[in-house]
Amino acid sequence: MNATFADVMMQMFRQHLAVLPVLLPSLTAVFMLLIGDRADALPRLRRIALVSVALGLMFALKLALEADSGALRVYRVGDWPAPFGIVLVVDRLSAMMLVLTQAVALPVLWYAAGGWDTRGRHFHALFQFQLMGLNGAFVTGDLFNLFVFFEVLLIASYVLLIHGQGRERFRVGLQYVAINLAASALFLIGVSLIYANAGTLNMADLAQRVPLVEGDAAVVLKAAALLLLVVFGVKAALLPLHLWLPATYAAASAPVAALFAIMTKVGVYSIVRVHAVIFGADAGGSALVAGPWLLPLGLATGLLAVCGVLSARSLPRLVAWLTVASVGTVLAGVGLFSPAGLSAALYYMVHSTLVVAALFLLAELLAAQRGDAADRIEPGPPLAQPALLGLLMLLAAASAAGLPPLPGFIGKLMVLQASSGIASQPWVWAVVLTVGFLTLLGLARAGSVLFWSERPELAGSGTPAGASPRMLAAPVALLGAGVLMSVLAGPLTRYTDAAAAQLADRRSYVQAVLGVEGVITTRPYGFPAPDGEGRP
Amino acid sequence: MAAGRARTRKQVSFAAPAHDRPRIVCMNLLATVVLLPLLAGTSACALIGRGNTPARRLLTALAAGGVTLAALALLLRMAPAVFAGEVPAAGFEWLPQLGLNIGWRLDGLALMFGLLITGIGALIVLYAHHYLGSEDPAGKFYALLMLFMAAMLGVVLSDNLLMLVVFWELTSVSSFLLVGYWGHRADARAGARMALAVTGGGGLVMLAGFVLLGQIAGSYELTEILQHRERIVADPLYPLVLALVLTGCFTKSAQLPFHFWLPEAMAAPTPVSAYLHSATMVKAGIFLMLRLYPVLGGTALFEQVVTGFGLATVTFAAWVAIFRHDLKGLLAYSTVSHLGFITVLIGLDAPMAKVAAVFHILNHATFKAALFMSAGIVDHACHSRDLRRLGGLYGWMPWTATFALTAAAAMGGLPPLNGFLSKEMYFAEALAGADRLSWIVPAVALLAAVSSMAYSLRFAHDTFFNGPTRDLPADAHPHDPPAGMLAPVALLALLCVAVGLFPESTYGPLVRLAADAALGGPPPEFHLALWHGVNGPLAMSAVAVLAGFALYAGLMKGRALHGYLPRAWSGKLAFGCAIDRLFAFAGRVTAATENGSLQRSLLIMVAFAVLLAAAPFWQADALPAAGDRTLMPATPLALALWALLLITATVIAATHHQRFRALVLVGIVGLITALTFVGLSAPDLALTQLSVEVVSTVLMLMGLALLPQHTPRESSALRRGRDALLALVAGGGVAGLTWLMLTRNHDSISWFFLERSLTEGGGNNVVNVILVDFRGYDTFGEITVLGIAGLGALALLDGFRTRRPAADADGRAWAFEQQPLLLRVAARVVLPLALLASAYIYWRGHNMPGGGFIAGLMTSVALVMQYMALGQARAESLLHGAAGRRFTRWIGTGLGIAGLTGIGAFWFGRPFLTSAHGHPALPVIGELPLASAAAFDLGVYITVVGATLLTLSVLGAASKEDHA
Repeated sequence: MNATFADVMMQMFRQHLAVLPVLLPSLTAVFMLLIGDRADALPRLRRIALVSVALGLMFALKLALEADSGALRVYRVGDWPAPFGIVLVVDRLSAMMLVLTQAVALPVLWYAAGGWDTRGRHFHALFQFQLMGLNGAFVTGDLFNLFVFFEVLLIASYVLLIHGQGRERFRVGLQYVAINLAASALFLIGVSLIYANAGTLNMADLAQRVPLVEGDAAVVLKAAALLLLVVFGVKAALLPLHLWLPATYAAASAPVAALFAIMTKVGVYSIVRVHAVIFGADAGGSALVAGPWLLPLGLATGLLAVCGVLSARSLPRLVAWLTVASVGTVLAGVGLFSPAGLSAALYYMVHSTLVVAALFLLAELLAAQRGDAADRIEPGPPLAQPALLGLLMLLAAASAAGLPPLPGFIGKLMVLQASSGIASQPWVWAVVLTVGFLTLLGLARAGSVLFWSERPELAGSGTPAGASPRMLAAPVALLGAGVLMSVLAGPLTRYTDAAAAQLADRRSYVQAVLGVEGVITTRPYGFPAPDGEGRP
Repeated sequence: MAAGRARTRKQVSFAAPAHDRPRIVCMNLLATVVLLPLLAGTSACALIGRGNTPARRLLTALAAGGVTLAALALLLRMAPAVFAGEVPAAGFEWLPQLGLNIGWRLDGLALMFGLLITGIGALIVLYAHHYLGSEDPAGKFYALLMLFMAAMLGVVLSDNLLMLVVFWELTSVSSFLLVGYWGHRADARAGARMALAVTGGGGLVMLAGFVLLGQIAGSYELTEILQHRERIVADPLYPLVLALVLTGCFTKSAQLPFHFWLPEAMAAPTPVSAYLHSATMVKAGIFLMLRLYPVLGGTALFEQVVTGFGLATVTFAAWVAIFRHDLKGLLAYSTVSHLGFITVLIGLDAPMAKVAAVFHILNHATFKAALFMSAGIVDHACHSRDLRRLGGLYGWMPWTATFALTAAAAMGGLPPLNGFLSKEMYFAEALAGADRLSWIVPAVALLAAVSSMAYSLRFAHDTFFNGPTRDLPADAHPHDPPAGMLAPVALLALLCVAVGLFPESTYGPLVRLAADAALGGPPPEFHLALWHGVNGPLAMSAVAVLAGFALYAGLMKGRALHGYLPRAWSGKLAFGCAIDRLFAFAGRVTAATENGSLQRSLLIMVAFAVLLAAAPFWQADALPAAGDRTLMPATPLALALWALLLITATVIAATHHQRFRALVLVGIVGLITALTFVGLSAPDLALTQLSVEVVSTVLMLMGLALLPQHTPRESSALRRGRDALLALVAGGGVAGLTWLMLTRNHDSISWFFLERSLTEGGGNNVVNVILVDFRGYDTFGEITVLGIAGLGALALLDGFRTRRPAADADGRAWAFEQQPLLLRVAARVVLPLALLASAYIYWRGHNMPGGGFIAGLMTSVALVMQYMALGQARAESLLHGAAGRRFTRWIGTGLGIAGLTGIGAFWFGRPFLTSAHGHPALPVIGELPLASAAAFDLGVYITVVGATLLTLSVLGAASKEDHA
C-alpha cells in the first residue's frame, strides 16, 4: 500500500515537475501567511523557508539534468492545448535559470535568517512570493503569462526593497515602484500590439507566426518588440535605462540586494527569449529587430557602469555598479546574436549573479566590522577578520574583474572568441578588455583602502567579534559555487553551448509545444469555426 | 622516465594534432611541481603561521622551504630527461571548447626558469625568515610567497597559452598582495596598485594577442603553435599580434615606457624585491619573448621593435640609476636596465644573441638577488636605505660588504665575474647588429655600460666606503647579520665568481639547453670562457669601465651627487596623474548621468521608448495606413463623454498639485472608462472597473490623509514644457498605434475561447471562463499580486504612526466627530444586502457578468462603508482585524483555496488548474451549473476581500493614534 502511494507520488512528481518551481514557493508562502508572523513563529518559518528553497533547488537540478538530454518539457496548464491555454516550457535555458535562482536564494535566505528577517513584516512569505514570481517568469512559454509573473516578482520586490524600512529605502523604493509601473504599462502596450498583429502570445506560436507577418503589420510588430526591449532593458539595467539601479540596490538590505542580483537577469532572460529567439535571426521581415541596438548599448552600459565603479564611495554602490557592468557584458554577448555569443552571455550571467550576490553580503559583513566608517570606501578601524574577509573579497573581486582562472575570465574569454571575425570585433574586444581593466583598477583601489589603509585610532568602534561562521557560510557558498563554475567550466560551457543551440532551433521548439509544425492557429475574428474540428 | 608521458623532440616536431596528444588525468610530476606550492604550500603556511609565535614562524619558514626544495627536487629529477632531449609533457582537458586546457611542458627553457624560480626561492625563504620582524605575520608572507612561486612555475611550465595567461595574471595578483604586504604604508598601497594596474593591464592586452595568435595557429597549445611559424608570420594580423603580446611582455618586464611601476614596487619587503623584482616576475616577460621567439621572432619587425625598446630602456634606466639615492631604487633602475639589456639580445636576429640572453638571465638573477638581499641587510641594520646618509659601512659589516661588493662588481661587468662574461657577449652581438641595424646599437650599448659601471660603483662606494655615516636614525646599529641571513648572499656572490671562472662547467649546459628551446633548434657552437683574446668587445669593456669610473668620480666630486634632486616629471607621476584624472572623469560622468532624479529616469525611459518605437516606422518604405475595418458609429453621448475624458485628463495633468481634486478627477476618468466598457458591450470589465474605482479611491483618500495636500512645485516652466512635449509625443504615438490596430481586422486565437467556453469550460460567460479556466493560471498570478500588495501595505506602514491633523487646510474635520446616524444605519442595512449581492454576483459569474473578483470588490466596498460608519476602532473590533493578522490569514486562505483547487487536478492525473464541470440536478433548486472553477473563483473572492481589508485596516491604523 505504502509502495503504491509512493509510486503515485513519484508519478505525480514526474508529471508536474515543470509547475512545481512555481507552486512550491507559492504554497509555502500561503502556509506562512496562515501561520502568521508572530515572533514565536519565526524559528518555524525559517525552517519551512529553508526546506522549501532547498527542495526547490533539488527540483530545479532535476529539471536541469533532464533538460540536458535535449528534451523540452512542455506542461499544459488546465490541460488546454497550446497555443490557447498557457503552457510552461522547460528547456535548458529555463532550467538553468531555475537552478541559478534557487542556488542564489538558498544562501541568501540562510543569511537573512541570521537576523534580517526580524526587521519587517512577513519577510519569509514575501521571499517565497519573490521566488514564485522569478520561477514563474523562467518557466512560462506564454508572453502574457510572462507579464503576469513580472508583476508577481515586481510587487514582491517592491515590498522586499523597503524591508527594514528607513528613509533612504522609502525614497528609492518610490522611484523603483514608479519606474517599474511605467515599464509595466509599456509591457502591456507591447504585448497588446504583438497580439494584435500576430494573433497569439504563445512563444512557440509566435516563433512560427512572426516570420509570416508582413507589410504594415510587420512595422507595428517591430515597434512592439522594441517597446518590449525598453521594458526588459529597464529590468536588466541596460543603458540608458540603468539609472534606477545603483541607488536602489545600494539602499536595499544586504540579503535583498543579493537576491536582487537575479532580478536584472530576468530582463536579460526575457531579451533572450523575445529578441534573440522570437525576433531572432529566423524571424523573416522582423528578424533581429533589436540587432542594431543591443550590442552598442550593451558595450556602452559596460563603459558607463565602470565609471560608476570607479567613482563609488561606498561598497554597496560599487557592487551595484558592478551589477550594471556585468549586465553590459552579458547583453553585449546576447547582442552578437550567435549561438557562441549567447553561450558566452549565459555562462557569464550565471557567474556574475553569484559573485554580485556574494559581494552584497560580504559588503555588509565587512561594514559591521568597520564601526563608524561602515560601508564607505575610506580608511576605518582594524578589522576583526582581515584575512578571511580579505580573501573572500579578493576572490569575488578578481572574478568580477575577470581575472583568471575564475569564471569571470572564462566568460570574457568566451565573449572575445564569440566576437572573433565579425565586423564589430575591435569594439567588443576593446570594450570588454577596457572594462575589465578599469574594474581591476577600481576594485584594487577599494580593496587597498578597505583592507590595508587602517586608522588604528578608530580601533574598538567596530564589532570586536568577527562575523559568525553561520553568516559567513552564505557568501562562502556563493563564491564556492563560482569557483566550482571554473572547475566545471568544461561541462558547464557544453551546457550553455547546447542551450544556445537549442534556442536557435525554432522547429523543435514549435514541434514540442504545438505538436505539429506549420499549423495555423489563428482565425479571422467573428467567423465561426469550421465544423467537425476538434482540439488541434 | 621523469614524467608520466615524455616524448622525444622528434615526436614533438611531428606536428601531432593537439587532441591526439596523450592526456593524463592523474596527477603527475609536472603538475605536482606547480600544485605543491599552489595548494600544499599556501595552505600549510597559512595554517601553521596563524599564531605569530617564534616557534610557529620557524615552522612556517620550514614548511615554505620544504615545499620549495621539494619542487626543486622534482625539477632536478626530471632534468636528466630534458638534457637527454626529451620534452616531458602532460595535460588534460579543462575547457576544450575554448581551447583552454591544462597542459604542462618542460623543455630546456622551462627547466632553466623552473630551477631559477625554485633555487632562488629557497634562498629567499631562508633570508626572509631572518628579515621579517616579529610583528610581521609570517604565515601571510609565506603563503603569498608560495602562491607567487606557484604562479611563476605555472607560467614557465604551461603548454597552453590561455593557461599561461591564467598564471600570468596570478603573478600580477600575488605580486599586488606581496608589494602591499605592509599595507598600512601609503607607498606600499600605491606601489601595489600601480604594479597591478600596469602588469595586470598588460596581461589583458596580451590575452587579446594570444586569442588572435591561437586563432591564426588553430590551437592554443604551444607544442602546436610552435609548428606554425610560417602561417603566423605571414598572417596580416601578425603585426597586431606582435604588438599585443609585446605589450604584455614589456609591462611585465618593465620596459620603457612601462618601467615606472618597478621602482615603486620597492615598497615591498626586501625579500619580495629580491625574488620578484630581480630574479623571477620581471623575467616573465623576457621568458615569454624567448618562449614565442621561434614563432614570432626573427622578422625585421620583431628585431626593430624589440631591439629598439630594449636599447631605449637599457640606456635610460642605467643613467637614471646613477642618480637614485635610495639603495633599492638604484637597484630597481639597474634591474630595468638589465632587463632592457636582455630584451636587446632577444631582439637581435642572431642565434648567439639568444645564447647571450639566456646566459645573462641567469647571471643577472644571481648577482641582483644577492644585491637586493645585501640592501635589505643594510636597511635592517641602519634603518635607512638613503645613500646620502649611509657610507663607510665596510668597517661595521665586513662580510656583508665583501659579498655585496663582489655582486656589485658582477653588475658593473668587471672580470672575472659572471656579469663580465655576458656583457662581453652582449658587446659582440651589438657589434654584429651594427651591420644589420645601425651603428647606434653598439654605441648605445657602450653608453649603457658606462652608466652601469657608474651606478655599480656608486652602490659599492656610497654604501660601504665614502664614510662616515651621515645622520643615520638613532636606532641604527650597523652590524653583520646572523649567518642565516648572510648565507644566501654569500652563496650567490660565490656563484658569481664561480660562473665567471668556470662558465662552461657551471651554467654552460643549462644555457645550451635553454637556448636550444628558445631558438627552436640547436644553437651554434660556442664556448663560454673568461678570456676570448683581445678583441672589439674587450676594448669596449675597457672603455666602459674606465669611463664609468670617470663618470662617477666626476659626479661625486664634492658629493655633488648627493645634492641632486630628482626631476619633477616621471613616468610614475604621469601614471598617477592619468589615474587621478581617470577617477575624476569617472566621477564626473557618473554624477552627470546618475543624479538620483526620478523625473530624469522616467524622461529617459519615455524618450527612449519613443525613439525605439519610432525606428521601425522610420525605416519602413511607407508609413502604415489606417485599416479598412467597418467602424462602429460614435453616438453623440459617447463623443460627449470622451470629450469630458480628454478635458478631465488635461485638468489632472495641469492641476495635479491639488491632490484631492486630482483624485476626484481620476475617479471621473475611471467612471468614463467603465461607461465606455458598457458601450462596447463589456459588462464584466465595466463592473470590475467600477468597483476597483470605488475601492481604490477610498484607499487613496485614506492614504492622502497621511500626506500633505499639495505637491510643491519643483520643476521650472521650461522643464515642464519639455516634459509636456514628450508626453504629447508619447501619448500621441500610443494613440496612433491604437488607431492603426482598431481600424484593422486581425486573425487571432480568440475563436477558440468563444467556441469552447460552454462546451469545455462549462460557462456561458467567456470572459469569466477565460479568467478562471482557460487562463486561470494568469489569474492565479494576479490574485497573488493582489495579496502581496496587501502585505506590502502592511510591511510599508508597520509601526508607522503619523500625526494626522484633525482638520484640513480649510478647517474641515478629517473624521466624523460623531458617526452620522444615517450612515450607521445605512451601513448596517446595506452590509447584509451587499454580502448577498456579492454572493449572487459570484455565483452567476460563470455564465453571466460577474465572478469572484467583482464579488470580492463589492464585499469590500460594503465593508469599507462599515469602516467609515463605525470608525476604525469599532469596525476593527467587530471584524477582529488584530493589526492585519486576520486579513493576512484571509489572503492566505484565498490563495490556498485557489492553489489547492488547481492541485486537485493532480489526483485525476491532469495538469494544474484543469477544471471539471457538471450540471447536477438538486431536488429544490433544480439543475445546478457546477464547475471546479467555482472553487477557484472562491479563492479569488477571499483573496480580494482580504487584500482590500488589510490595506484598509493598515491605513486606518497608521493614523488612528492622533485621536487619543
